[in-house]
Amino acid sequence: MNQLLEPLSFSFFRYGIVAAVLIGSLCGLLGVYIVLRGMSYIGHGLSHAIFGGAVVSFVLAWNFYLGAGLWGFAAAVLINQTARRTKINADAAIGIVTTASFAIGVALISRYRNFTRSFDAALFGNILGVTSSDLWAIGGVCIMVGLVVFFSYKQLLFMTFNNDVAQVYGVRTNWLDTLFSLMLAATLIVSMKILGVTLIAAALVIPPITARLLTDSFHRMLGISTVIGGVTGCVGMYLSYFFDLASGATIVLTQTGCFMLALGIAALRKQLRSRMIHTHV
Amino acid sequence: MQPIIELRNVGLRYAERLVLDQINIHLHHGQFAALVGPSGAGKTSLLRLILGLHAPSHGQILTHGKHPVDGQIPTIAYVPQLETVDWNFPVTVEQVVAMGLVRQANPWPWLRKSERQAVQAVLAQLEIEQLAKQHIRNLSGGQQQRVFLARALVAKPAMLVLDEPTTGIDPRVAETILHLLAELNQQGMTILMTTHDLNAAAAHVPWIICMNQTIIAQGTPEAVFTPTVLEQTYHSEMVVVRHEGMLLIQQRPHGHSYRDLIPNPIIGEVLKPAMENSSESAFRTAEL
Repeated sequence: MNQLLEPLSFSFFRYGIVAAVLIGSLCGLLGVYIVLRGMSYIGHGLSHAIFGGAVVSFVLAWNFYLGAGLWGFAAAVLINQTARRTKINADAAIGIVTTASFAIGVALISRYRNFTRSFDAALFGNILGVTSSDLWAIGGVCIMVGLVVFFSYKQLLFMTFNNDVAQVYGVRTNWLDTLFSLMLAATLIVSMKILGVTLIAAALVIPPITARLLTDSFHRMLGISTVIGGVTGCVGMYLSYFFDLASGATIVLTQTGCFMLALGIAALRKQLRSRMIHTHV
Repeated sequence: MQPIIELRNVGLRYAERLVLDQINIHLHHGQFAALVGPSGAGKTSLLRLILGLHAPSHGQILTHGKHPVDGQIPTIAYVPQLETVDWNFPVTVEQVVAMGLVRQANPWPWLRKSERQAVQAVLAQLEIEQLAKQHIRNLSGGQQQRVFLARALVAKPAMLVLDEPTTGIDPRVAETILHLLAELNQQGMTILMTTHDLNAAAAHVPWIICMNQTIIAQGTPEAVFTPTVLEQTYHSEMVVVRHEGMLLIQQRPHGHSYRDLIPNPIIGEVLKPAMENSSESAFRTAEL
């Protein structure tokens, strides 16, 4: 027990673990919608786009959250509109918009070499550098996303299940899509410092996929995915502390372990079910 | 009485391609109509116009004789093609049906008692109440169609629009679904559906709209399902047989005459295209 409490005596770990749990839960919650809408690649793409925004806001001396936030939101809307209004598919739109944005960031870094080091953290995550203002930002996004998901639960469910039909039944899908893009951009921005651009996509996809293996119910999937995200955030932080590993990578590896476990459980269930059918026959 | 939906000279273009042209349709309260036509005829595009998912490139779509404005749009419930549904999506029958209540102003994620009762009532009406907790993947084709019909009905719509409700299900189940629609129509529901099954439409739907980018003909099955109209619609020769008061429609096999198709006159009478300059009717009964 003392061993578990020991890291909590360090303020950087306390901040880090709170951030990891909140970010894990947030990504787990939002990831359900992303996975079920077949947009798994968007997390990966948008995080790269936001990286470009983060570099631009640094160059222009803007607030990181404001600059990267606006950039990420604009990229999400641009992807949505390109996919809706042109012949270009969503995956191609994601590829074009986000890679171009990432390239802007890389180009600016190569031009202004003096801040390369701080952007290592944006690429690979630096949970030890979490400040109280970061925690406030994460908390704010968690509350915003939580409230939207709570009060738009039925609309979001219908839109995720079938976008066009939802529109016929009175769901304002355009408005909800924009709101979703805003939530996603905000989530990615606050997650960037913790997990890094390269690992955010995994945190958005692995918990919901794991939850999907365990349940056939939408609201249970939301709950399980959120819990898996939060718990793996906590466990991953402890493992990274005890084994002296990069925090973002350890969290993602813990989630991958959970996924493997769920895969095993699902296979076992299937086997038991088919054995029961054979027995009855 | 004003029609629920009226389309006046409606046209639709996608980029430079003309998809629909000169569409004139009016659907009155209590009408049951089927849109038939070949693939690519614009049936689904026309449904999307009626559902408000597209704006027409030209022409007018009126509801109750007026341009639709917020609050005046009649509630239209839509039953999509089963093929467009993601059957692995984690939802139960009850949750799918409850989606039909999304227009109601209950902001909470859970259903109120009255909403739960409405869902149960419509499931009972369609005789699928025992499936409420089942995952949608575990249903048969007919049960799946009933679930989406239940979602439409729970919204208490003024009009029901169905896209290919009999596609992908076996003929016996398709027959049941069409009987169900006819029953709903008898209870006063206005219904518009698309279908490729001409025989089922002839047997169950009292008003047929033949289209191929534009309206070719509309009227009762007897008036519309003629070799001439069907050839204009499908650009293919069709045989229409009247048998015991039923119309049977079949594509004419290559190299067969009308007489070859019905070797025994007892089976029925074959309708064949009118001779040139026929004045009264587009077809006449073939001599057997």
